[in-house]
Amino acid sequence: MSSDHLTRRGLLQGSAVLAAAAPTLSANATTPRTIGANAMMPVELTVNGREVHLQLDPRTSLLDALREHLHLTGTKKGCDHGQCGACTVIVEGRRINSCLTLAVMHDSEAVTTIEGLGTPDKLHPMQKAFIVHDGYQCGYCTPGQICSAVSVLEEIKAGIPSHVTDDLDEVAISEAELRERMSGNICRCAAYPNIVAAMRDVAGEAKA
Amino acid sequence: MRPFTYERATSVAAAAKAAASVQGARFIAGGTNLLDLMKLQIETPTHLVDVNHLGLDRIEKTDDGGLRIGALVRNTDLAADKAVRRDYAVLSRALLAGASGQLRNKATTGGNLLQRTRCPYFYDTRMPCNKRQPGSGCGAMQGMSRSLAILGVSDACIAQHPSDMAVAMRLLDAQVDTMGADGVARSIPIADFHLLPGDTPHRETALKAGEIITSVTLPKPIGGTHVYRKVRDRASYAFALVSVAAVFGKDGSARFAFGGIGAKPWRTPEADAAAKQGAKAVAEAALTGARTTHHNDFKTLLVERTLTSIYRQRETRA
Amino acid sequence: MKFDTPAGPNPIDRGRVIGIPHDRIDGPAKVTGSAPYAYERHDAAPNAAYGWMVGSAIAKGRIAAMDLRAAEAAPGVLGIVTHANAGKLGKGSMNTAPLLGGPQIDHYEQAVALVIADTFENARDAAKLVRIDYAAADGKFDLAADQAKGVKPDGGDPDTAAGDFEAGFAKAAVKVDQRYTTPDQSHAMMEPHATTAAWNGDKLTLWTSNQMIAWGVGEVAKTLGIPKDNVRLVSPYIGGGFGSKLFLRADALLAALGAKQVGRPVKVALARHQIPNNTTHRPATIQRIRIGADKDGVIDAIGHEVWSGDLPGGGPETAAMQTRLLYRGPNRMTAHRLVTLNLPEGNAMRAPGEAVGLLALEVAMDELAEACGVDPVELRIRNDVQYDPEAGPQRPFSSRKLVECLRAGADHFGWAKRNPKPGQVRDGRWLVGMGVAAAFRNNLVQKSGARIGVDAKGRVIVETDMTDIGTGTYTIVAQTAAEMLGVPLDQVTVRLGDSRFPVSAGSGGQWGANSSTAGVYAAAMALRAKLAEQAGYPADQALFEDGLVKLDNKSQTLASLAGRDGLWAEDSMDYGDLDKRYAQATFGAHFCEVGVDIDTAEVRVRRMAGAFAAGRILNPKSARSQVIGAMTMGVGAALMEALDVDTRFGFFVNHDMAEYMVPVHADIPQQDVLFVDELDDKSSPMKAKGVGELGICGAGAAVANAIYNATGLRLRDYPLTIDKLLKAQAA
Ligand SMILES: Cc1cc2nc3c(=O)[nH]c(=O)nc-3n(C[C@H](O)[C@H](O)[C@H](O)COP(=O)(O)OP(=O)(O)OC[C@H]3O[C@@H](n4cnc5c(N)ncnc54)[C@H](O)[C@@H]3O)c2cc1C
Ligand code: SF4
Ligand code: FES
Ligand code: FES
Repeated sequence: MSSDHLTRRGLLQGSAVLAAAAPTLSANATTPRTIGANAMMPVELTVNGREVHLQLDPRTSLLDALREHLHLTGTKKGCDHGQCGACTVIVEGRRINSCLTLAVMHDSEAVTTIEGLGTPDKLHPMQKAFIVHDGYQCGYCTPGQICSAVSVLEEIKAGIPSHVTDDLDEVAISEAELRERMSGNICRCAAYPNIVAAMRDVAGEAKA
Repeated sequence: MRPFTYERATSVAAAAKAAASVQGARFIAGGTNLLDLMKLQIETPTHLVDVNHLGLDRIEKTDDGGLRIGALVRNTDLAADKAVRRDYAVLSRALLAGASGQLRNKATTGGNLLQRTRCPYFYDTRMPCNKRQPGSGCGAMQGMSRSLAILGVSDACIAQHPSDMAVAMRLLDAQVDTMGADGVARSIPIADFHLLPGDTPHRETALKAGEIITSVTLPKPIGGTHVYRKVRDRASYAFALVSVAAVFGKDGSARFAFGGIGAKPWRTPEADAAAKQGAKAVAEAALTGARTTHHNDFKTLLVERTLTSIYRQRETRA
Repeated sequence: MKFDTPAGPNPIDRGRVIGIPHDRIDGPAKVTGSAPYAYERHDAAPNAAYGWMVGSAIAKGRIAAMDLRAAEAAPGVLGIVTHANAGKLGKGSMNTAPLLGGPQIDHYEQAVALVIADTFENARDAAKLVRIDYAAADGKFDLAADQAKGVKPDGGDPDTAAGDFEAGFAKAAVKVDQRYTTPDQSHAMMEPHATTAAWNGDKLTLWTSNQMIAWGVGEVAKTLGIPKDNVRLVSPYIGGGFGSKLFLRADALLAALGAKQVGRPVKVALARHQIPNNTTHRPATIQRIRIGADKDGVIDAIGHEVWSGDLPGGGPETAAMQTRLLYRGPNRMTAHRLVTLNLPEGNAMRAPGEAVGLLALEVAMDELAEACGVDPVELRIRNDVQYDPEAGPQRPFSSRKLVECLRAGADHFGWAKRNPKPGQVRDGRWLVGMGVAAAFRNNLVQKSGARIGVDAKGRVIVETDMTDIGTGTYTIVAQTAAEMLGVPLDQVTVRLGDSRFPVSAGSGGQWGANSSTAGVYAAAMALRAKLAEQAGYPADQALFEDGLVKLDNKSQTLASLAGRDGLWAEDSMDYGDLDKRYAQATFGAHFCEVGVDIDTAEVRVRRMAGAFAAGRILNPKSARSQVIGAMTMGVGAALMEALDVDTRFGFFVNHDMAEYMVPVHADIPQQDVLFVDELDDKSSPMKAKGVGELGICGAGAAVANAIYNATGLRLRDYPLTIDKLLKAQAA
């Protein structure tokens, strides 16, 4: 069905040529660099309640602004492409993947990271529950899981439905709901049932 | 990611103008697709026009009873919107079946329509790909094509359109409202919005340079029972192998649109016409002209089975 | 300390701290994001530049020319490492292909350059400007096509035999003879391979993510051609490994070379999309299993042959290992054949060998059960054997509670309710089925050392180069020290993962927990002797509890005995031949219930349960987490995980986390774990064994068997995806 059926050899060489040629073919090598492109831009964020002023390369993701510029390394980089959830932070009250957004796009916005939820001496209830229920192993996905977990309980409270919500107008906590809503946070150590247990624990507490 | 300049547009007209006047400029909305591709230098804009602050984040009734959805309405907000839940549940369902909670909080209506294929050869810049690098060949066709399209494909490209939301939009006969760099607004029927690959797979939509999506308009509600069924390799956070959007009328008439199988969100009048004959007939009508590879030929059967499942559940509910 | 006779009663038996499900002591650091991982050492290397790896665009061939001019001229670029300027490099003894390729290319995405710049953004951008012309060569990428070219690998024990397999199988009343395949799999740990490197003169420090500190030091020294004494590795926190971080990898080597070149610290993390092709993976297998039994299912002959591929100089996937030990039968054979392929490097992933061997063997047992009309649990009980069936009764198992696990698990799970006839149980749109599989994983012991001290305040401090890759090491090491010295857990500080500390077993092969705590035991015994001596009590009569050293009604505090300078002792646990005289292994039984959509063949795991016997369980909380994590990886192997090979270009196509599927929250239901009481006195003074890998062994087969019970579809090519199920059903 293909008009450009190549022999295996041809394909292999094709790939080599392509790889070699790619940079010269891309628009950037032939067109002059954008004027002012490396210029730094001022970005003002409120991170965990603290106002910070940064001068950033516009290419800087929110994730790298946190980790590399503010040294808030609690937020993790697992994939840098929206595929894992390790970089989850709460921006203006909503959880997002901080790897797939630019810091400059969030100028004058408020960001909450894992460091803003609690500290070892003053744990957030969700952090405490993760310890009690062993909702982690290697700990690398954990800050993202916790930021998501906190947000998920809020989202359910706000009546936002999910893929497993039977009646879109009746949103309530259930095991299935928590599992579906947390699915954007991969845990390869697979502490999944423990994370759900931690969330249920906190949700129960909140209800009381 | 190549260096670029960045500006926050202050009005729709200014955004369109800015995007048209700088060569290689692009709009950025949620950024969840564009930045993904920019990091790999599959997209290499020289200038980004941030359209997040143009007030395009409202959902409002139209004069004729439809719904106008601002291009910057987040997927989460659209899915949760009261009117959408009530009158266009298939759209809520499709949105909620896509991506993850975090991504939906960022992803926008306009950006979702414009997300590009997930073809793995498109994503690896060392591989031949006619869509990414016209004329370089198609790596997928003779390669691993399990996830790719079987309808609307061409000799140049068999990439699938990955969006769930767009499938529901197609089903609902949405209109894509835009403004051009010249300040002229127009509405493009969703059926004409996405282009088939033909021998120019790098051309994906009817948008012109600098043309900005301002909203997506849904015609007035059509009632009926709304279903969105997505079949994938894991229970969540995965693109569709096959998805079916359907709205059933009380009389057994129905309309269908399909995801995961088309070079664009797929819909044929023949499939709708076969509704009363059952799943098999609908599948057969929808799949007319399908071209499969060794790796994705299961999708024809899966379309039929997904429809069967939908019909079966209708019966058990009725 | 040498362990060469079975352990008698010892202080660990008190079980005041050991065996208690304590919360992890590293918990507060992990849940607040304050635990520093390798790429996050702003504290230790504040001025680090950023390195971005460039990977090969071809699978095999040569670099014809490299043009670095554009990249070097790009903003912020500080230097570029390539084979041409890296100097002469050795190759680590555990690496199959060189970590820095060129001019020869051994596999796709093999590192060919590191671009170093002042910022991450500049490094990533400039890397794209490195221009490379390749001369590609033909390679071999298709295991099935080249299966016949498999050869007997060097070393190890690729083949074993006992009795006369062919004769036994030929005359068997009931026979199973099937072919199974498992795909290449990716570890997909959440933290990418990452290293921050800094030189101080000729001394190199690597803050890295590595499971095996001492191996790493040796391999860095060998590759760079510098003395081991000049290399320090620091890995206090590791964001998952699963075998992927057992070895020196490109991130660490390139960071070291880069830091040398630019004269300042450099940090490198592999990009997610580079990992599957650049690093190691679990190799695909083709397996043939033949089982001959009498009509009651009692096995007379069992044979297991395995084909896998690797780069020249690589090794086989030892998927027949468990078949040597798991079931009875006088006539037996196993064989491994290795095919030379030019795909990326194969190596260990969680339970290498067994994890995929059991995907085949335990389905074959299910097929045998059906052929004989014997319940699958009962079939396994009938074929239990209390000694190494290849060696005979003179080599008994140190402990083996497979039957107890099968019974306890079946009971808990409600196995009795299973309908043995496939395709009978319906729940709405779901066909429901149950499956069982045995779990088996060898128990390995490794020499392991530690240093332990008491400071002036009576705080106990343990230092060892052992790592915690999520396994709970911090906590069980602390528990061991607390138990041995009679202090509460919160009075113990544990420092891990630094090559300045005594060499430990490291984290691999599920030996970590037992071996590393045994090392701490040895050091603690030495410290107890010193403390007792200080107190003037006979060491073998002194009692260590409540922070005191006691003799009769006398006592002294640890703090007072330690004095102002503290008191330290160091020792290691070394092993005799108990593991030769006794077969040592861990056992278990997996139970799984699945639903399979009647129309679309979507599979959902509805519940899982497992019972496991793995010696003393040092911390039931973290051990349970290890097991459920491994069960989940087993679900992944059964249902979705596969690296797709493009046999034209010779690479894994789905090389990111959107395309390489691993289970997410929504895939994993309730998972129950039972630990069967067991103390293994021939394993170590801890009487423990490993558990971190046991949980994956057999888990996927239980899923596959449940799918069969639900649908009557017997699939033998993993993963069991929708397309395969639909095709099988249509056939
Ligand atoms: C891991 C992962 C999993 C995913 N899974 C799914 C899934 O299962 N189903 C699914 O449907 N989607 C899925 N997605 C895709 C996701 O839905 C899209 O990335 C998102 O919808 C894009 O919206 P955005 O606003 O972020 O677009 P952006 O990235 O901001 O923009 C995308 C494109 O649209 C252009 N654009 C944006 N807004 C406008 C406008 N107003 N006018 C003109 N042009 C505009 C941009 O220039 C760009 O070219 C997934 C994404 C990831 C990363
Ligand atoms: S299918 Fe289309 S997107 Fe994929 S490699 Fe071929 S041309 Fe590129
Ligand atoms: S790092 Fe952002 S989703 Fe993986
Ligand atoms: S705790 Fe290791 S990935 Fe979740």
